[in-house]
Amino acid sequence: MINYLWAFMIIIGIVYGAFTGKMGDISTTTISSAKEAVTLCITMLGVMSLWMGLMEVARGIGLMDQLTRKLRPLLKVLFPDIPKEHIVNEYIASNMIANILGLGWAATPVGLKAMKELATLNKNSKIASCDMCTFLIINISSLQLIPVNIIAYRSQYGAANPSDILGVSILVTLCSTLVGVAFSIIARKLSKKS
Amino acid sequence: MKFVVYLSDYIIPLLFFYIIGMGILMKRPVYDDFIKGAKEGFQVVLGIMPTLIGLMVAIGILRASGVLLLISNSLEGITSIFQFPSEIVPLVIIKMFSSSAATSLLLDLFKEFGPDSYIGRLSSIIMSCTETIFYTMAVYYMTAGVKKTRYTLAGALVATIAGVIISTLFMGFMKL
Repeated sequence: MINYLWAFMIIIGIVYGAFTGKMGDISTTTISSAKEAVTLCITMLGVMSLWMGLMEVARGIGLMDQLTRKLRPLLKVLFPDIPKEHIVNEYIASNMIANILGLGWAATPVGLKAMKELATLNKNSKIASCDMCTFLIINISSLQLIPVNIIAYRSQYGAANPSDILGVSILVTLCSTLVGVAFSIIARKLSKKS
Repeated sequence: MKFVVYLSDYIIPLLFFYIIGMGILMKRPVYDDFIKGAKEGFQVVLGIMPTLIGLMVAIGILRASGVLLLISNSLEGITSIFQFPSEIVPLVIIKMFSSSAATSLLLDLFKEFGPDSYIGRLSSIIMSCTETIFYTMAVYYMTAGVKKTRYTLAGALVATIAGVIISTLFMGFMKL
């Protein structure tokens, strides 16, 4: 998918640029964009290392385990078909906590483990279970509370106060997740009826 | 609503205070832990660097050739009805497919309009309340061996569109 998307962007750009006589601009941009990507990564190195470092300290004080435990009662409501003491509860909870804290790279492996367990519970059917749908919809509704990367980009491009969008962004993230949850619950009820 | 803006300033310092303070109280080697995590963060950024270079060049070409302008100009008629800046539409669409491509586009908007402009802020918020739909679904369902995804896509789209609408409403509401 990304291979086509990338090639498509470049080819369309160059063809269109040939007609509009923007070849000079394209040449300059190609070089300067590559340079800019590196400059951005230098800012990112600082911010991401800082955040990941803080999260490691948080793991040390047991914050992750604590939050995972707090999430358990909520999981019963969201995933009524999962047996209470099943290991998948653990996986789903840690996936969600990692996502909330902005540790996407840590969220994916455990999320995939959760999917495998859900597949076993679903008797390896080719049709998704309601629990799988709920899990993915909540994941895609974006759980990340503090968008560290966005804050880093904003600071790189000279925002006066890069984190001043934080309040609104947390509110909106919560709202969109609530919409995802509501959709999942309603869709589950409707699919059980038919 | 001033409160929300005010809150933004407090979240990060309080988080540091709480986590590091608790670490000291629990006699954790906080600095060693921090360094260990920071090293991982370093690796993560180095890992995405080649992707970012490739995609920022592609977006740069699109911008320089005038294709992006063409797209947002042709969308203007529809988006102006909803009072939504047409420049952000490509961002919302690309975000559904690829997070790094969307990032490159976001940076392009920052460059063009500045991160503190209306477009800059709105796109920051939209980027932080949405996720890549198709990529996530492909990876997760492939792992589970699922072919029929039922209402997952519908739900994901509803959540994403809700995020975009709520962001726009909040921005208007708070006059950020």
